Formats: sequence, structure tokens, C-alpha cells
Amino acid sequence: MGRFVVRRLIQMLLVMFAVSVITFLIFNVIPNSDPAVRMAGRQASESTIEAIRKEWGFDKSLPVQYVTTMQKVFTGDLESQFTQLPVGEEIRKGLPRTLSLAIGAALLWMFVAICFGLYSAVKAGRFADRFLTILALVGISMPVFWIGALMNHYLGFKLGWFPNGGYVELTEDPLDWAYHLILPWTALAILFIGFYSRVLRSNVLDTINEDFVRTARAKGLGERQIMVRHVLRNSMIPIVTLWGLDFGAVVGGGAILTETVFDLQGVGQYAAESIGQLDVPPVLATTMFLAFFVVLMNAIVDILYAYLDPRIRLL
Amino acid sequence: MATEPALDQAGLQGPAGWEEEADREHAQGLGPWRLGLRRLRRNKVALAFGALFVLLVLACLAAPLWAEHVAHTTPNENHLSDTIQIDGETTNVVGLDGVPIGPTWQGEFFLGADPNGRDIMVRLLYGGRNSLMIGVAAAFMTTVLSIVFGTIAGYFRGWPDITIRSLLDIIWSFPVIILGVALGVALALGGIQIGPLSISGDSLAIPTFIIGLVYVPYMARPIRGQVLSLREKEFVEAARAQGAGPLRIMFTEVMPNLTSTILVFFTLLIANAVLLEAALSFLGAGVRAPNPSWGTMIDEGIDRIATAPHLTIVPGAMLVLTVLSLNVFGDGVRDALDPRAKVRLEH
Repeated sequence: MGRFVVRRLIQMLLVMFAVSVITFLIFNVIPNSDPAVRMAGRQASESTIEAIRKEWGFDKSLPVQYVTTMQKVFTGDLESQFTQLPVGEEIRKGLPRTLSLAIGAALLWMFVAICFGLYSAVKAGRFADRFLTILALVGISMPVFWIGALMNHYLGFKLGWFPNGGYVELTEDPLDWAYHLILPWTALAILFIGFYSRVLRSNVLDTINEDFVRTARAKGLGERQIMVRHVLRNSMIPIVTLWGLDFGAVVGGGAILTETVFDLQGVGQYAAESIGQLDVPPVLATTMFLAFFVVLMNAIVDILYAYLDPRIRLL
Repeated sequence: MATEPALDQAGLQGPAGWEEEADREHAQGLGPWRLGLRRLRRNKVALAFGALFVLLVLACLAAPLWAEHVAHTTPNENHLSDTIQIDGETTNVVGLDGVPIGPTWQGEFFLGADPNGRDIMVRLLYGGRNSLMIGVAAAFMTTVLSIVFGTIAGYFRGWPDITIRSLLDIIWSFPVIILGVALGVALALGGIQIGPLSISGDSLAIPTFIIGLVYVPYMARPIRGQVLSLREKEFVEAARAQGAGPLRIMFTEVMPNLTSTILVFFTLLIANAVLLEAALSFLGAGVRAPNPSWGTMIDEGIDRIATAPHLTIVPGAMLVLTVLSLNVFGDGVRDALDPRAKVRLEH
């Protein structure tokens, strides 16, 4: 186990290094123009451009530029080129919002997907199953920002059942916090409910024919107990792995669209807005921060998985 | 990563009962393709949605016909100060308060207008052409790249495998949307110049290229896995014993066995590519104005959702219909060709 963990962590660090190189290349090398001019913004004087070029080392070779950039990102003294706000501070402010959204949505989609998937499998082939399957397919076919905008407009603005966007701190008022997040949670969860309920349904259908289920039935266990204790528990393993990976992916990118539509001001929205204005310092920091989060989550999931299922360690 | 991409075996028809049926059909001595076709023909829901997709594509292809003969306008033509007759009454296309007209259900402005007085129906059809073109082209690019990378990695193993796999792992660990938006903005700045080839920043080729690239790991991994197991099969060994080289084995022995996976993936990839195009355009890193696409139309619509919700609903509904029809049809194809296939795309 120890060797596996060490190997996986080394691999994680390598991937993080690669991610940082790619981020650097995307924003400083691929664009077909001088990065210093771009960073200085419009109507910048020649001396400002020259100062930026010096500061970021754009007049030196690429490896030197890379090292300078990374130093700036990791010492955390970056600030936005337009608003002059410190980037680290903005990320710290946005992170609880992004995590609130992602954690709530993850719990919601898991719970609903278990209900739907199990019910669908028990009723396999009947009307309820087909209906839920179609529903799941509709769910995975809808862009989250579209359904989010419609929910926000009709349920929030027109009917006034829910607040029309905005965010309240959890520490301020937990109930109001949840009330403000119901619509974003639902919008974000819909897609995953579609996926997970279908995966769970097929896992349950596979498990139901296993010998140990027949044994449980032969022992005289009740149907409910068989489904929950034996079938569901065994069908959950692949889903729980997926859950960890998807949670990482949602924090690291999937939440951007939801945050933007509901104006939650999380890290994702900050990243998207900075990218849109090509505000290079926050873009570098947020992109790397989010990508690192994904890489870290993947490593954690792998290690947990190896801990639960020793066969994985051999791979 | 040690965990394999998710499995999704559920379809419109459950796997239960497949095997008995498959046995019965095998007894009649039908080939896998005939068998698949026969199963697909029995799946009426999948066929209906497949037909719906074809209809949507045809409608978008007919965009110029509608524009010229029914709507009498072009996708980018403004009608800010025009009026039209509805039930004998003269109405402004765009009201004095800037609110555009809703669906009129007649030839001109069938689905209403946008704040510039542009005909939504015409833009919807032209936008569909862009969205679908990007979707199909990106899916094609992903498929070709995945086959090349997956086959090379799986067939040669060793260092090509390690190189390709780590490359894919890195793309994989980037959140799809972040990578897409970042590349979209970076490339749109000055376009791309590769030797004599130059692509301008607002070209549709840029979103196509990005979408085609980010999905490669999702498809190349399963293909590599299949090739890994195929190369150990007896028929490959037989071919090798006959003196066939690696290229020949890949094309004539391995590739035909990948066809059903590729077919299913291709359908689902188009659906996901169309969705990703919409997401990128929504974030301002996809199709650039004034080019219409369903994504840009939704993006423009959301700003006006309070006064003119049809601007959001119409392109979104069209997008959902298209993606849904592809998803249901793709699901049916997978169930028909290979009920046990493990295919899934996400995000």
C-alpha cells in the first residue's frame, strides 16, 4: 500500500507540473501577439509595457519566463491587471461559494440517483423504468446554463418562490444559505442524476443475479433488506469512485456555468470572467488552482480505491 | 489513473433477457451486423429519435430556402425600424422600449425577432448549421485522433504506449471547460498560423479544433483497451504468422473489430460536441458574433430573459431536441451492436 501511495503521489506531481507548463503555454505562448503588450491593456505607455516585460521576464528565454511566472503564481502576490485586486484574496473569497455549490449538488444528485436507479431496476422493462430512462436522457441532454437560466427566471423571478440569484454566507444564516442555493444545486445536479441513475440501474441489474443475492433470498431475508443491504451496497462501488472524480471535475470546471448563470461569484465564475477579459495573472492562478484540485481529487480517489480494493495496487 | 472511465450499460431496453435472445438469434447463423440491425429495427423509440435527428439536420440544411422564400431576410439582417402585419394590425418588429416581437407563427418572424430585429427562425436554422457542423467535424476529428492514438498505444505497447497515455492523462486532468475556454480565448486572439495555413480568430475552425481535441482521451482510452486485448487474439497471431506487418494487421484485422465501438462513440460524441459548443459560446470562447450558433443565441437570449424569454427558450429547445435525439439513437445503436459495451462521455 505504501509503495502504491508514493507512486501515485509522484505521478500526481508530474501531472501537476505538466498542467502548469500547458497553462503557461496556452496563455503566454500560443496567442499570436506580444504577451507584455496584451497584459498592459489598451492605451498603455511604452514604459509600462517595458516594465511588465522586465517584471515577467518576457525578454528572456521561455524556460526563464516559465520559472518567473510560476514564482509569481506560487508566492501569491499576483494582482489583476484591470482591478488591481489581489488574486489570492479573490480565490479565497470564491472558494466557499464554489464548494457550497459542489458539495450540495453532489449530495443531491447521489441521493436522487440512488432512488431513481434502484426504482428503475426493480421495475426493469415496465413503464416506470422506461419513463425514468427517458427522463434521464433528457437530463443529460440539457445544457446546465440553459435550464438554470429558465429556472432562475420562472421559479425565481416570475413566481418568486426562490431568490433570484445571489448568495448568503453559511455562517450568516444557514437556512437562507440553503434557500439561495436550491436552484443552483438542482440545475447542476440534473445532468448527474441522469448519468448516475442509469449507471446504478445497470449495476443493480447485474448484481441482482449474483449467487449471494440468491443465498440471501434463500435465507429468508425480506425483499427490502436484500435490495438495500446486499444489492445496493454492491452496486454502489463503481458509483462512489465516479462520485469522487466527478466532484473534482465539478469544482474544477463544471461549476463555472452554474455559477455564472446564478451569479454566485465563485472561483469558477472568477476564472471565466478573467479568461474573458484576458486578465492574465488571475487566469494563470485560477486555471492552475482548479486543475490542481482535479488532479488532487483524482489521486485521492485512486488511493482510497486501492485501499478498498487491494487488486488495484498491482496495476 | 487506475480507475477506468465509467461504465454505462443501461439502455432503453434492459440487458436482462439479451443473452437468451442473442443465443436464439445466433442459432440462425446471422452475422453480428445483421443481428445488430435487426435489434435496432425492433427498438422503435431509438429509430424515431434517429429520424428526428435526420429531420433536424435537413431543416438546418434548408435554412437558405426558408430565409429566401418564407422569411425574406438573411440571418444577420437587422429590421430595427420595420413593421409587420399580424391579423391585419401593424406591429413594430422591435418595440419602442426595445422589446422584440415574440413568435408570430407566420412566414416572417415565425419565432419572433431578437433585439436587433433579426428573424429568430432564420438565425435558428443558420445557427443550427454552425452548431451541427462544429459538432460533426469535432466528433470526426476526435474519432480519427482517438483511433490513431488508441491503436498505436494498444498495438505497440512499450514506450509509444507510455508517451501517448501520459499525454492523454494530462489533457484528461484538465477540466474540459477550463481547457476549452482557455484555448478558445488564446487562439481567437490572433488566429492560428501554421506555415502557410492561417485561420482567423473568428473562424468556426477554432471551436471545432478545441472540441475535437478535448474529447480525445475519453475515446482513445477505451479503444486502446480493446486493441490491447484484440492483439492477443488468434486471428491476429495467424495474420502475423502469414507475414503481415503491423500496419496491415491494424487496418485489416484490428480495425474491423473496433467498428461498433467507433460507431456508438461517434453518435454520442456529436451530442457532446454540440453541448460543449453551446457552453463555450455561452462563456464567450466559442462561436464569435455575428455568426449565429445555438450557443451564442442562448447567450444573447439570457441577457434579455426578463423581457423576451423566447430568445432563450427557442434555441435551447432546439439544442435539447438535437442532443436528445442523438443520445437516444446512440443508446439504441449501442444496445443493438454490443449490449455489454462500456461507453460513456461526460462533462
